[in-house]
Amino acid sequence: MRPQFNFFKNIDKITVLLFFFLVIIGWVNVYAAEINENHRSIFDFSQSYGKQFVWIITAILLITIIFTIDMKFFPAFAYIIFGGVMLLLVGVLLFGTTVNASKSWFHIGPVAIQPAEFAKYATALALARVIYDNKSKSRTFKDLLKPLMIIAIPTLLIFLQNDTGTTLVFAAFFIVLYREGFVPGWIIILGIFGVFLFVLTLLINEFVIIGVLTGLSLIIAFFLRKKTSSVKQLLALMLLINAYVYVVDYAYDEILQPHQKMRIAVLIDESVDQRGAGYNLHQSKIAIGSGGLTGKGFLQGTQTKFSFVPEQGTDFIFCTVGEEWGFVGSVVLIGLFLTLLIRIILLAERQRSVFSRVFGYSLASIIFFHFMVNIGMTIGLVPVIGIPLPMISYGGSSLWAFSVFLFTFLKLDSRRLEFL
Amino acid sequence: MQNNYQSSEISSRRKNFIIFFIVLTGLIFLTRLFFIQIIDHRYKIFANSNIQRIVTDYPARGLIYDRNGELMVFNEPYYDLMVLPGQVREMDTLEFINLLDITKEQLENRLQAARVYSRFRASVFERQISKDIYAVLQEKLFKYPGFYVQPRTLRKYPEPVAAHTFGYVGEAGPAEIAANPYYRPGDYIGISGIERHYEEILRGQKGTRIVLVDALNREIGSFQEGRYDTLAVAGTDLYASLDLELQMYGEKLLQNKRGSIVAIEPSSGEILALVSSPGYDPNLLVGRIRTQNYQMLQNDTLKPLFNRALMASYPPGSVFKVANFLVGLQEGGITTHSRYGCPGYYRSGGITIRCRTHPQPVNVVSGLQYSCNTFSAIQFRNTLELPKFESMQQALTTWRDHIVSMGFGVTFDSDLSHELPGQIGSADYYDRIYGPRGWKALTVISLAIGQGEIGTTPVQLANLAATVANRGYYFTPHVVKAIGHPDSLNPGFLTRKRTTIDSVHFEVMAQAMFETVETGTGRFSRMDDISMAGKTGTVQNPHGENHSAFIAFAPVENPQIAISVIVENAGGGATWAAPISSLMIEKYINREVKRDWFEQRILDAAF
Repeated sequence: MRPQFNFFKNIDKITVLLFFFLVIIGWVNVYAAEINENHRSIFDFSQSYGKQFVWIITAILLITIIFTIDMKFFPAFAYIIFGGVMLLLVGVLLFGTTVNASKSWFHIGPVAIQPAEFAKYATALALARVIYDNKSKSRTFKDLLKPLMIIAIPTLLIFLQNDTGTTLVFAAFFIVLYREGFVPGWIIILGIFGVFLFVLTLLINEFVIIGVLTGLSLIIAFFLRKKTSSVKQLLALMLLINAYVYVVDYAYDEILQPHQKMRIAVLIDESVDQRGAGYNLHQSKIAIGSGGLTGKGFLQGTQTKFSFVPEQGTDFIFCTVGEEWGFVGSVVLIGLFLTLLIRIILLAERQRSVFSRVFGYSLASIIFFHFMVNIGMTIGLVPVIGIPLPMISYGGSSLWAFSVFLFTFLKLDSRRLEFL
Repeated sequence: MQNNYQSSEISSRRKNFIIFFIVLTGLIFLTRLFFIQIIDHRYKIFANSNIQRIVTDYPARGLIYDRNGELMVFNEPYYDLMVLPGQVREMDTLEFINLLDITKEQLENRLQAARVYSRFRASVFERQISKDIYAVLQEKLFKYPGFYVQPRTLRKYPEPVAAHTFGYVGEAGPAEIAANPYYRPGDYIGISGIERHYEEILRGQKGTRIVLVDALNREIGSFQEGRYDTLAVAGTDLYASLDLELQMYGEKLLQNKRGSIVAIEPSSGEILALVSSPGYDPNLLVGRIRTQNYQMLQNDTLKPLFNRALMASYPPGSVFKVANFLVGLQEGGITTHSRYGCPGYYRSGGITIRCRTHPQPVNVVSGLQYSCNTFSAIQFRNTLELPKFESMQQALTTWRDHIVSMGFGVTFDSDLSHELPGQIGSADYYDRIYGPRGWKALTVISLAIGQGEIGTTPVQLANLAATVANRGYYFTPHVVKAIGHPDSLNPGFLTRKRTTIDSVHFEVMAQAMFETVETGTGRFSRMDDISMAGKTGTVQNPHGENHSAFIAFAPVENPQIAISVIVENAGGGATWAAPISSLMIEKYINREVKRDWFEQRILDAAF
């Protein structure tokens, strides 16, 4: 056999293309959002867009390094990488600096690094490894324990950093667990129903819901009175739902922090005051809505600049896309994301190794969760949770983490036939 | 089911469900986007045909009244032309520059400067545009998108007095903006005096309104019925403790002279008049003329910006004998029965202090009455050399502590700006100069007559008079009597400050000061209808003619006013400072002055 010098052999060109499309779109929009009149060059390194260019170049370097690594390295070192990143997460709690109330940054000279961004990658590796190692192929509750542990450790550590957004991202791993048969479909459906009921509980007085549900159950029970077992099940379910509604109400009032409550309240009722939260959401929607069909054109946006939309280069970057490129631009961007996600899933499905498949699904799930929450929040469908739009938002840690994540998967995919 | 979890059929169903869920999310997003970007035109109306503008409402600064409710400081409205560079479009620049009477370069430069600050935050384009330009501009503003007029207010002073006390207001500089995020470029901030000390009370709270502006650059209403607006809170009015009439009279008496007058109400510490001459018209330091006038005042050789009443530290001269005699009585260096002869000088160990001819022998009362230097030196030396003191250091420190308890050598930490502490010679100081064993009472004997290593400010001297009037305590001298409501009290200055001297000794000094005016050095200024207690001082000035100094309080039995007057280079205290004090007291107590020739003599004097 000829020695392999072409590291990029067999790489999935469609995914690479999609990735670079998104990265370039991101860079251009960060430029449009944050342009400073005195530093008009997109390569001005004193500005965020100039820095983003540096992040892109360094990300390409990282990608090259990933591709030179032997693919056996990833399953072999999965736990070590996981352990290392978990130590970083503990370290950041002890020695990190606080930005926006989240203690999640390491400042090394001029560079600020957020270990939580890399925790997603490390968790995906470890999760892939633990499921790959599960040779029994059984799916009992006992088998679920180890994967749950692996997800729970980083979730807890990041929660302790007070970084709610990134903590929630780890919920995305349930999609992976579902695909691998650890979690039955009805739990996912129940989860969605739970969220629906959650919102309903906050909209309507909980006693009204409990009353209506109880009434409905009693009516159904009346018609089903011949079937004693069904009635019992129904009444049990009713009690459960009522308890849930009550707990949600309690949790909202007693457990959530005021700013979190406010974000949910704003979403449900726009007219809730909030000079802060409500105003941001409203401005975000004005920016996107005013884009119309074709948008105002590159650099012509008036709303996405400082006075109105906050965090315009990071969390609210979609506003710039919506305002300057309009509905057409939005369709293109969402289309690109959907294509990328489906492509990753299809690639994951063609893996012979469980390790690669789980890893691929983890990648798709994480990107999807970011996509759903980030765009959803700018158009008022999801509470304002500060997480970046992958490949698009300004930020080195996020871009590096997603590049490494995606290209590790592409590396695994390019060598899929060598896996046993 | 547990065995077929990986069957291709079930796996494929799960894969499809996940893809379905992803695509569904995408479709929900696109539907939502379709509605807000294409169907719902409200957002375009919000953003396109209407531009939101964040307008700052500047509340009127609080007014300042005098103690009798006379208005001393008010606000006058004016307009700034503002620019939002991000909204500036093509326009008829020629008409615009003619309207404002600026050059094309100025226009370009100012627009560039505004852009550098921010494209989306307003900058001041032209400050204080005249009413005429404002009227024309209002008509034509629709031609110049991005420009608008911001109403503001400027300070105005009906009577051009008490400039130092009020201080002035100016634009917040980069340092102030960095220190306090409340301030933005173009905002005003109190820079000195009352304006600075009570800045947060006077300024109120800025409000912001988000207004909608139509395509013709006109405000067409508030955004979302003002849901996101914050209301401006008006500044709170202050009641200065000054008596406007007395202040004006004091400034008139000091015309063509250099010096200061400080008058205090002993029972409260409220400053009734604070005159530093030469002063300036406070209306000069307002608005766009401020910088230019400030330069002018700063370059003036008479130093009108210098607040002599708080900052000029003079050796007090003979008026300080009051404080020294009090220490002597307290420590036992002298008693009310001590009597000494005066040969017209004090001589000891090669040091001679001259005295003038006066009846003798003298005791503590007549010693003060005739301002006897000999008696002063003897009592001071007796006190320092008392056997109970183990060292000269201990003796001088004891003396100094008493003096400091009367408010000397320290600032009052009051609402007066730029107050200086002056200095009182300390044991440490003399140790440094002469070595720990190198000095004795005779070395520091000049302190006995208020000369040497001693500097006091006029407000400290007035406070000494107030302390004697109160027979042993004082209230921190301050210039703001009440905040918000004329009958309230300024809560910062209600504590009675006791001196370390017993009140019986103050009674003796009050008597001595009364005698000083009745038959002693101050008799030239004696009034028939008001009993006054005072002490003259002639401050030796190595640079020229002596300074004339006087402290007093009146009426002796029920003091309502305590005063210090210093007239620089005028000569003896009895000739100038004492008459000015008596005129001020007459004015304050009787509200009118009947001694016309007496008054005219002062008004005509110039030094």
